[in-house]
Amino acid sequence: MSLLGNLSLDAIPFHEPIIMITLAVVGLAGIAIAVAITVYRKWGVLWRDWLTSVDHKRLGVMYIVLALIMLIRGFSDAIMMRTQLALATNGAEGYLPPEHYDQIFTAHGVIMIMFMAMPFMIGLMNIALPLQIGARDVAFPFLNNLSFWLSAGGAVLINLSLGLGEFAKTGWLAYPPLSELSFSPGVGVDYYIWALQISGIGTLLTGVNFLVTVFKMRAPGMKLMQMPIFTWTCTWANILIVASFPILTAVLGLLTLDRYLNFHFFTNAAGGNAMMYINLFWAWGHPEVYILILPAFGIFSEVISTFTGKRLFGYNSMVWASGAISILGFIVWLHHFFTMGSSANVNAFFGIMTMIIAVPTGVKLFNWLFTMYRGRLRMTVPVLWTLGFMVTFTIGGMTGVLLAVPGADYVLHNSLFLIAHFHNTIIGGAVFGYLAGFAYWFPKAMGFHLNERLGKASFWCWQVGFYVAFMPLYVLGFLGMTRRLNHTDNPDWNIWLYIACAGAVIILVGIVLQFVQLYIAFRQREQNPDTTGDPWNGHTLEWSTASPPQFYNFAELPRVRDIDAFTDMKEQGIAYQRPASYAPIHMPKNTPSGILIAGAITTFGFAAIWHIGWLAVAGLVASVVFFLLRAYSNDVDYYVQPNEIERTESAYLKQVGVAPLKQEPEEVPA
Amino acid sequence: MSSHASNAHEMDHGSVRSYLVGFVLSVVLTALPFWAIMTGQFEKSTAIPLVVTMAVIQVIVHLKYFLHLDFTPAGKANTFTFLFTALIIVMVVGLSVWIIYSANAMMMY
Repeated sequence: MSLLGNLSLDAIPFHEPIIMITLAVVGLAGIAIAVAITVYRKWGVLWRDWLTSVDHKRLGVMYIVLALIMLIRGFSDAIMMRTQLALATNGAEGYLPPEHYDQIFTAHGVIMIMFMAMPFMIGLMNIALPLQIGARDVAFPFLNNLSFWLSAGGAVLINLSLGLGEFAKTGWLAYPPLSELSFSPGVGVDYYIWALQISGIGTLLTGVNFLVTVFKMRAPGMKLMQMPIFTWTCTWANILIVASFPILTAVLGLLTLDRYLNFHFFTNAAGGNAMMYINLFWAWGHPEVYILILPAFGIFSEVISTFTGKRLFGYNSMVWASGAISILGFIVWLHHFFTMGSSANVNAFFGIMTMIIAVPTGVKLFNWLFTMYRGRLRMTVPVLWTLGFMVTFTIGGMTGVLLAVPGADYVLHNSLFLIAHFHNTIIGGAVFGYLAGFAYWFPKAMGFHLNERLGKASFWCWQVGFYVAFMPLYVLGFLGMTRRLNHTDNPDWNIWLYIACAGAVIILVGIVLQFVQLYIAFRQREQNPDTTGDPWNGHTLEWSTASPPQFYNFAELPRVRDIDAFTDMKEQGIAYQRPASYAPIHMPKNTPSGILIAGAITTFGFAAIWHIGWLAVAGLVASVVFFLLRAYSNDVDYYVQPNEIERTESAYLKQVGVAPLKQEPEEVPA
Repeated sequence: MSSHASNAHEMDHGSVRSYLVGFVLSVVLTALPFWAIMTGQFEKSTAIPLVVTMAVIQVIVHLKYFLHLDFTPAGKANTFTFLFTALIIVMVVGLSVWIIYSANAMMMY
């Protein structure tokens, strides 16, 4: 055992030109960004105001930056797979050798679920949820910062695997026995385990944090059944996080014991049972997809209600439908492995439960339709994403009900039909939702507007590209093409593979337009400021603050009497009111503890992957020491004094008063 | 944060009397099955249901008198959290057992 464990120069894949070029580009981009930060003297700002921030709004922005970076990585994997499959037909080999291709499809799945969708969702929740319930921050602001850095630490590990060693070649589920040491002796599965484990703990802490926040920190007067619908769907998602992520932690822990300490939980030999891994993994994995989709449902509800200028139809049914989905989401997981060969009764039970879960989802769809009915829908970018979702997700849901029939599943499992189905729901549901939320809350979070035309162009590329890319996969599934193929030899499939590749390119244009839109918005931020704080004539409390909100959110906690609290205030004429006097506000101080603790834990993960004993011990000890230093520190909070609040509020109220109110008429035809 | 002042303990923490009631009930519910087994005067088919019933009742006694779960407005949140957790555990563990046993049966283990 050397000082570097199993790590040596051989771990760097010099022989893989694609990876080396990627690393070079990433390295150059990293250097360019570092130089730019140095030139503009932004290191101090970055460290003080962002990396160490405990402000939920800034953490939200950082989560979304993380998600967008990982979107680039995950989509690069996607377009490589599609081009490989378009090239490697009729027995041609394509340009990605199998051992590299296997890592790509594994990384694509892990990254898109754990490091793109989850941070995106948690980022939007961070930005909007505390504001929506009229709170000044989350219940545990420091824990929130730690959660972010744990997620980022997992992302760092998974990206390190690109240049150091390899990533898992097992598929994103890492099913044993393939993921056991005897079949996957490399570091790939270890990267998988530690990246998921570390970021998973971050997610779990986020779930606890936001649950406490909604239960303990709602504005005075706000009953549970008056929380904005996005807050409610996030709350259900957080309940699912708290209930299901420990299962992932445990199952990965068992696999770790198998791989590191020669245990036999999931091995073929010595009484192990690989089926138990599959079972436990999906007992987490299925709730996980509802963790992703429920907040997206909340976003669509907010968007539809805001842009029709109406109250959401069926608020109560929306809340309880989400609750029903949350509980039913816990008793359908076997539909991911009908073909495992449990009994017919087991399959029938889970098949029927899966079909039942379509009912509350249908309730939601009708609620959105009835909200739009006789409203005046403003065709903004968030609305386009929502309408696109309603059509696309319904198709995905229907193919899901088809797959829920165990008999049909025996034919279609493991085929591209399944791939088409879950992309249909995750892209058409979750991703469209997050992009709707991104466009909806962007002016709130950043204080200036996105470019509407580019946003619409991006939407149409995504929407069209999605159908061109994934409808052929349904066909290919029916034609018998299985998933995770490296090359094919069936002339009937070729045309569909070409079309799917073209679709991926259209989506690529959509993603590029999304980034161009961001760039142009930043360039023109002086021309397009959101001075009112309420650009959409919003219904909920986040729109009653400045854009970006004051760091303490609310100078005085709002009193809530209605679900659409801000609409209520506007109608009462008590919005934008200046209180007689301001009281000091108790605020948490920024702290480097989160980045230090998560950095130490990530170091431990890295050391565990490469079996560097001393570094693993050092990482663990350091994380405990940093934690204790934080725990015994008294210098964690301060009071914002009334004169500072007075200055900030006056500036904001002046801005609101001076700015031309661009409010569109909000009438509901009788 | 601002709510720290208000999230002080609102919950009922019981009185000496309620703790004593819980304690006596727990002792009785422990002693009864113990006596039933030690004296050996019951059939196995009677003794086991008796022990299980007493155990379940004792769980409820503990929840009520020691963990203070109740359905008052202040206590409802805790009770429903507990019930939800119990429901999830029963479903996940129960269904997992069913799944794996059925699979093993098909494999003729």
